[in-house]
Amino acid sequence: MSQGIGAPVKRKEDKRFTTGKGKYTDDIRMENQAYAAFVRSPFAHARVRNIDTSAAMVMDGVIAIHNGAELTGDGIGNIICGWAITSKDGSPMNMGAWSALATEKTRYVGDAVAIVIAETKAQARAAAEAVDVDYEELPVAATIAAALADDAPQIHENAAGNIVYDWEIGERDATDKALANAAHVTEMDITNNRLSPNPMEPRSAIATFDEAEDHYTLYTTSQNPHVARLVLSAFYQVAPEHKLRVIAPDVGGGFGSKIYIYPEEIACLWASMKTNRSVKWTSDRTEAFLTDAHGRDHLTKARMGFDAEGRIVGFKVSTKANFGAYMSLFSSAVPTYLYATLLSGTYNIPNIYCEVLGVYTNTVPVDAYRGAGRPEASYLVERMMETAARELGKDPAELRNINFIREFPHQTPVIMNYDSGDFEGNMRQAMEAADWAGFAARKAESRARGKLRGIGMSCYIEACGIAPSAAVGSLGAGVGLWESAEVRMNPVGTIEVLTGSHSHGQGHETTFAQVVADRFGVPIDSVQIVHGDTDKVQFGMGTYGSRSGPVGMSAIVKALDKVEAKIRKLAAHLLEVSEADIVIEDAQAKVVGTNKSLAWHEIGLAAYTGHNLPEGMEPGLKEGAFYDPMNFTFPMGCFICEVEVDPQTGKTEIVSFVASDDFGTIINPMIVEGQVHGGIAQGVGQAMLEEVRYSEDGQQLSASYMDYAMPRADDLPNFEVLHHGTTCTTNPLGMKGCGEAGAIGTPPAVINAITSAIGNNDLNMPTTPAKVWAAINAARIAAE
Amino acid sequence: MSEIKMTVNGKPVRGDVKDNTLLVEFIREHLRLTGTHVGCDTSQCGACVVHVNGKAIKSCTMLAASADGAEVTTIEGVANGDLHPMQKAFNDNHGLQCGFCTPGMIMSGIDMVQRYKSAGKTLDEAAIRHELEGNICRCTGYHNIVKSIAQAAGEM
Ligand code: FES
Ligand code: FES
Repeated sequence: MSQGIGAPVKRKEDKRFTTGKGKYTDDIRMENQAYAAFVRSPFAHARVRNIDTSAAMVMDGVIAIHNGAELTGDGIGNIICGWAITSKDGSPMNMGAWSALATEKTRYVGDAVAIVIAETKAQARAAAEAVDVDYEELPVAATIAAALADDAPQIHENAAGNIVYDWEIGERDATDKALANAAHVTEMDITNNRLSPNPMEPRSAIATFDEAEDHYTLYTTSQNPHVARLVLSAFYQVAPEHKLRVIAPDVGGGFGSKIYIYPEEIACLWASMKTNRSVKWTSDRTEAFLTDAHGRDHLTKARMGFDAEGRIVGFKVSTKANFGAYMSLFSSAVPTYLYATLLSGTYNIPNIYCEVLGVYTNTVPVDAYRGAGRPEASYLVERMMETAARELGKDPAELRNINFIREFPHQTPVIMNYDSGDFEGNMRQAMEAADWAGFAARKAESRARGKLRGIGMSCYIEACGIAPSAAVGSLGAGVGLWESAEVRMNPVGTIEVLTGSHSHGQGHETTFAQVVADRFGVPIDSVQIVHGDTDKVQFGMGTYGSRSGPVGMSAIVKALDKVEAKIRKLAAHLLEVSEADIVIEDAQAKVVGTNKSLAWHEIGLAAYTGHNLPEGMEPGLKEGAFYDPMNFTFPMGCFICEVEVDPQTGKTEIVSFVASDDFGTIINPMIVEGQVHGGIAQGVGQAMLEEVRYSEDGQQLSASYMDYAMPRADDLPNFEVLHHGTTCTTNPLGMKGCGEAGAIGTPPAVINAITSAIGNNDLNMPTTPAKVWAAINAARIAAE
Repeated sequence: MSEIKMTVNGKPVRGDVKDNTLLVEFIREHLRLTGTHVGCDTSQCGACVVHVNGKAIKSCTMLAASADGAEVTTIEGVANGDLHPMQKAFNDNHGLQCGFCTPGMIMSGIDMVQRYKSAGKTLDEAAIRHELEGNICRCTGYHNIVKSIAQAAGEM
């Protein structure tokens, strides 16, 4: 069976995970290891008057306790936000300082003020409890509304009114005019609920300082170890890059939350130098809820105008985004360039204007979570379309269809230039699979059983493969977003691929090897993928934004091109033919039209012995490449969800879920479908189950699995996942990326289905039975 | 501190543990069998599931001392030369992504198949989903986990 591109090859990495031999950060134990625990603020907003460590210091096993003043005193820099956003009036964003250990003030419950190092985890935790911090409680703003109120407390001195930025994109006047002249305007207030990413592996770090070498090693749960090293070196001044090795071994899921460099890693590195011990910290689940960056949390007002035929004439959006207490690494870009640039959806919209107010609150920092900005855009656009169809009395599929973009490339009014897609084709395929036409009969059958049935679709589009470096640089990004790869063929013909991408569940060890197998015809077992270690891989930007396919694999392709070119030259020389006569297949270099060939190991050996190389060729067979994308890629698709609601209890059951996606070229359909399944599950979680809740005084009310409803097997149906692909025109393999689509397209499909079932469009996520029941009854009362 | 003895994956082991040491801590930190994971602090996620005297137990919820004298099997002990049919089924059906929940899923899967078998009940899809109530996976959406367990149920 082929192991190349398109083959559903079983994963190479599974053996270690299914036998308990995976190596996650918390599984690693260093010699001379001590444990860290953090002293965390129990208040959402408080002045730190005094930290008394005297009782804690004398407890069993305690090695050291350090605070924020010492940390900043040692020159450890503040945590940065990597994307500078400019407000409407041209002013830079208002960023408050974020120290890894809070100095004067704490700004959310969980904000750390001190690190305790002890011989055991239990001792560290007990001592952290015993540190006596004298806090002066301050008034709290736990929500966007509270932070924007006239009498709101000031969270950071340099962000007046708690406003980080007031940003805009698109043409305001033209959009206002289009809306004023529209035959129909649909208006909605939409809340995008706050979520906690919850990878099952809690964050963990082990920092080791080697005094003799003046060198640090950090094992950490990271999606991008090189970015971690860069930031730790260049901005936090923990150690220069050549004196810091960052290793992200097996990582148990990320979903965005493990992109960022958190206070704990910084503090552990610094503490390992202070104590001359390896310092290990592993989050527990409650700590994860209190400190891992959250996602979403938008409040939006939107107006979409239509002409008499139902064509969209203008779309105006005003969004308030909650950033939490500090600006995390990518946070500023999420509600701007990753959100507003997707507001055209899959539709021809001539006029778009969006303004975004970024707001500080006394909550955990908010940053990218699976989809990051694009789920918010897709939810908004697809809820608007569905609502408009209901208001206009049109079939929702037809309203979409008359507005679909059909010609490519398509320039939207909000930066993005879509390269390819068949929007109607995907919608039709999904409708067929979901038996859209037979819905009325199923609804009648449900009604006969006293149940309410609904169907809803969403035709999402998103932007992946972040991103062309110069373009993002011009928009304020502090880094380039290329990827690197190195391909090393060994003397015996086996191949190592070093990649800057990082796998934390995506299956790169298999799919990346498939790309090599496809090129040379070698078995995937002779290809080893090396990633996650800054000492092995020269550089990389990591895995997020579904970029490992379109960007990471493109870098591998470029490196393979160079290796192949050298192999051709060498083979032509050895076989005494011209390069044009060499074909590489079945792990051989063959001469076309003859039975002359070189076996794979003969090529490797010839390159490394160097006994007979073409004039001027260097020995060895190793090539590297950096790939900088030409454009974003645009995965899109149509999801259709069908639900049945029990009007007595408000309980909703998803009876069918169909996804038809265009991901461009697919390397391994089995793995791609798995990514879609997981994304849909997280989308259903957002739509029906999950929400981070805060009390008015900023206590997180949902900080455990008893309180935060994670989707379980019983909450979900089987999914029908289909492909209807076009080829991406802007990268060598034609890939679009598949990691986030499920989480992006699902929430609007689910909510469109439930609101259609219950006959009340006024329903916010998550749709708990109590909320659905209340909405059913509100609709009933309104109808009476 | 007390001395405990048990059989883990067929081998006798002993340890001196504090009275509040959890079984999962004993397995991970004393025995260094790190395939058993910890994903929560409220006994909800099932990443820590092992078999104690043939029954699936959340090892974060049991004291090591309570397992004194018990037969314990962890994920490291289920393969018998070859992969266990449940382990193979997870590979066959892409039942794992990051792998963090996987040991707990496999241990729960084996347990549920055995229970249903010995009770003479059929383990259909709805039953598998219901039985997985105590195991959380954030990556797979459960679709392929359900398929994996169903396949293994036919082979065990
Ligand atoms: S760690 Fe045992 S149930 Fe979560
Ligand atoms: S495979 Fe990652 S949590 Fe289940």
